[in-house]
Amino acid sequence: MTSNYLMMNTLGFPILSATTFLPLLGGLIILFLTNDRAVKVAALITGIITFVVSLILFANFKPDTQIFQFGEFLSWIPSYNINYVLGIDGITVFLIILTTILTPICVLCSWTAIKERVKEFMFCMLVMETAMIGVFCALDFILFYIFWEAMLIPMYLLIAIWGGPRKDYASIKFFIYTLFGSVFLLVAIIAIYLVTGTFSIPEAMFRGYSLNFQIWVFLAFAVAFAIKVPMFPFHTWLPAAHTEAPTAGSVFLASVLLKMGAYGFLRFCLPMTPDASVYFAPWMIALSVIAIIYGGFVCLAQTDMKKLIAYSSVAHMGFVTLGIFSFTLFGFEGALLQMLNHGVTTGALFLCVGIIYERTHSREIYDNAGLGKITPVYVGFLGLFCISSFAFPGTNNFVGEIYVIIGTFMGSKLAGFTAVIGAVIAAAYMLRLLKQIVWGREDKRAITDMNAREVIYLAPLVLFVIWVGLFPRPYVSVMERSLANLLDQMRPFIQ
Amino acid sequence: MRNDMLLILPELTVLLFSVFFLFFSLGDRKRNPAAWARPLSLIILGVSLLTVSEGGELFSGAYRVDLFSQIFKAMLSLGFCLVLFMMENKNEINERYGAEYYMFLGFSMLGLMMLAGSVELISMVISLEISSYSLYVIVPLRKGSTKVQIEASMKYLFFGAVATGIMLYGMGYLYAISRSTFLADIIKVMPACMNQPAGIIAVVFTLTGFFFKLSLFPFHFWAPDIYEGASNTTTTFIATIPKIAAVALLIRIVMLAAPGGQQFINILIALAAVSMTLGNLVGLVQRDIKRLLAYSGIAHAGYVMLGVLSLSSDGNASAIYYMAVYLFMNLACFYVIMLLSRNNDNVTLDDLAGLAKRSPLLAFVLAASAFSLAGIPPTGGFTGKLFLLMSAFKAGHLYIVIIAAVNTVISIFYYLNLVRISYSRAASTDAGDIRLTFKEKALCIIFIGLILYTGIFPFSIMEIFTAAL
Repeated sequence: MTSNYLMMNTLGFPILSATTFLPLLGGLIILFLTNDRAVKVAALITGIITFVVSLILFANFKPDTQIFQFGEFLSWIPSYNINYVLGIDGITVFLIILTTILTPICVLCSWTAIKERVKEFMFCMLVMETAMIGVFCALDFILFYIFWEAMLIPMYLLIAIWGGPRKDYASIKFFIYTLFGSVFLLVAIIAIYLVTGTFSIPEAMFRGYSLNFQIWVFLAFAVAFAIKVPMFPFHTWLPAAHTEAPTAGSVFLASVLLKMGAYGFLRFCLPMTPDASVYFAPWMIALSVIAIIYGGFVCLAQTDMKKLIAYSSVAHMGFVTLGIFSFTLFGFEGALLQMLNHGVTTGALFLCVGIIYERTHSREIYDNAGLGKITPVYVGFLGLFCISSFAFPGTNNFVGEIYVIIGTFMGSKLAGFTAVIGAVIAAAYMLRLLKQIVWGREDKRAITDMNAREVIYLAPLVLFVIWVGLFPRPYVSVMERSLANLLDQMRPFIQ
Repeated sequence: MRNDMLLILPELTVLLFSVFFLFFSLGDRKRNPAAWARPLSLIILGVSLLTVSEGGELFSGAYRVDLFSQIFKAMLSLGFCLVLFMMENKNEINERYGAEYYMFLGFSMLGLMMLAGSVELISMVISLEISSYSLYVIVPLRKGSTKVQIEASMKYLFFGAVATGIMLYGMGYLYAISRSTFLADIIKVMPACMNQPAGIIAVVFTLTGFFFKLSLFPFHFWAPDIYEGASNTTTTFIATIPKIAAVALLIRIVMLAAPGGQQFINILIALAAVSMTLGNLVGLVQRDIKRLLAYSGIAHAGYVMLGVLSLSSDGNASAIYYMAVYLFMNLACFYVIMLLSRNNDNVTLDDLAGLAKRSPLLAFVLAASAFSLAGIPPTGGFTGKLFLLMSAFKAGHLYIVIIAAVNTVISIFYYLNLVRISYSRAASTDAGDIRLTFKEKALCIIFIGLILYTGIFPFSIMEIFTAAL
């Protein structure tokens, strides 16, 4: 019944449901364990099994088609035509793998950092994972919305219970800000349903709605996604939430949650409201460029490591939205690559801050300065991720940013030049951080270097940073078909 | 005749329940009435579930038994049953009045059940008054009762009397227009009159009696004081069960006006918008949780109106669905209050501090019901609200949909406050762990299950509701 856009799953078992709900199952099992150590091991095993299942998914993924794959279809609320539909394409496949690999890493990074209520912590993490994968797999608006909102609850609890000193303020601000955007998303979803009579996401694409309708729907979508990204005027929840969240929470926030906003633009705004997207593109590009420059300058003034990285996310996500609204294949590919790169690099930087925070109990740059001779292994990892963060050639971010900048120059020279300046500021604040941490102080302190567990969980991220930096083609080729198809369908709307 | 008895079997069972406690109150005061009330309430629930598919008319057409009324009776008895099982008899009501308390609860239930079946104006008034007068009596019944309780019950009585008065005035107009007190006759002439002031006044005034029960603006003034003043069980009852019956009658009466004039719908939209905005804004500053829930109830009355004012069977089904969910989530929230206040005191936000440590299960129940009241997936509150918004949107009322959406954001602040304080604030040192008995744990898990079930699997329940209309 749905063959024109959804290729049904032929693997013999519902692999997308399995990937989505395995973490939840693991989480429910954890609730019955009583020993903290057993809880951690069980959470780790759950995370690894989910990762393995997602690798099976990747191994069977066919990059030569733009149709949604591994489809599953179940009728859910027939009277309103709401269905349980899952499926992935080249845009989502990497985002899912990013989520599944980060979960075991986050479990490992919380191994000793979380001492209180370990069981609830791991439960929240695994529920988060289910919701995050669900967002990327769902092809039904209501299903998507349920996962999208359900994510808020465990994330809120992660910040509110295990967060830093200002967790009360940060968690409430995060929740209300995000919910504010989401209710407009819901209204837009209902509006589309009343026009098309379906909640199916692929069926709502490119339906030729009137421009007036598109503009309103685009604005409702844009508020929700711009808050999640976060784009320039809507970014104020982010520093508070990132800074106060426990390390694992920051990693999830930066690496996956922010991607959902950009994913929303790619999956909803562009195909459903193409006219309005083109109409608003100059504004979106302007906001992206402002975010890049503004984020960079704010970073230069930070003394708190976590805050600095949080603000650098604002700048980096500016590149992502810039790429999306350039309406070029380079821009799209760069944006999606940047989403993955930012997920890996910024996630890794938050992990690094978490590692040093466990030892010095301070996130201030000055307190952690001069570590070059004390903890050389740590500084090595931190150095790599820092230079990757400001897009040093040979690292992953370089590839993504160059794609985005090429795409931007095709459209607007001014935006391109400004983005390049933003990239230079990024180098300035990241090198400033690195210089302080490595050479900033002379005194000798007793700080232990990274242990094996910490090396193990950072190693896959290092591998990714260098692999994509030197050889991005395999990644690009998987996503190319879906993005090219999106651009082809957009073309009639771009003058 | 036997068949007629079968038709009103649920009502007869409730009547029996009350009569039983009437005699019980004459006997030995030492005996615990709760031990009898719970099994009896289960029987009431069983009877109303068994007779759910009955159909027929009684009392020369004044009283109709159909799927619509039977479903409401089943929902009422389910709520009644849950309230009785939640009730902690210790320290709540003076033991001397224990049996009478159950008797009046039973009479109130009887009135509400009859209300669900009434299709004639006079019988509606009688049923409504049976249920109201019993409640007027039990509001001041609280152990260590002070002037606060008396004030609350006086307010309830006076506001109730005024609302009934206005309702009777509206009914007078209905009779004047149609020359009949039967809804079946009124519906034939009303739609033509809905563009005239007389028709609008007639329907809107008739609705006031039920707006009062639902605590919709501008008939909400009693709610905060009653919630604060009455004992926890009484509040739980008043906050949930009469509202279900009120929605049944709102649907019945508003359908008289279908397809309805624009002015009439505008009045309902305005009431809904003011009610939800006012409830949520005032809810923000409350410290007493029962008062907070009173304002939340005012806001939810506004949400339910979204379904009613759509004037479609979709809209009505969503309103009923939302009431069912509201029953569960509100009861869950009140249950936490009951268990937290072992001495029958009112619970403030500060008493919640450290609840997650003192009793993780209770904190989880509170979180589930708060998120559901706020309308966050995957809880029933979200699914219900989604249905409401869709039906109002479909009927073309975009503005009220946006107002409701914005209100969701406002309300999240105080609902989240409940969760935030119980999870992230440390308990005061003298607060020990809360130990729950097996029955209490079971009820907690049932509530969590119901809230999640209504959120994730709404279709079968929704189909029954749609069939009933």
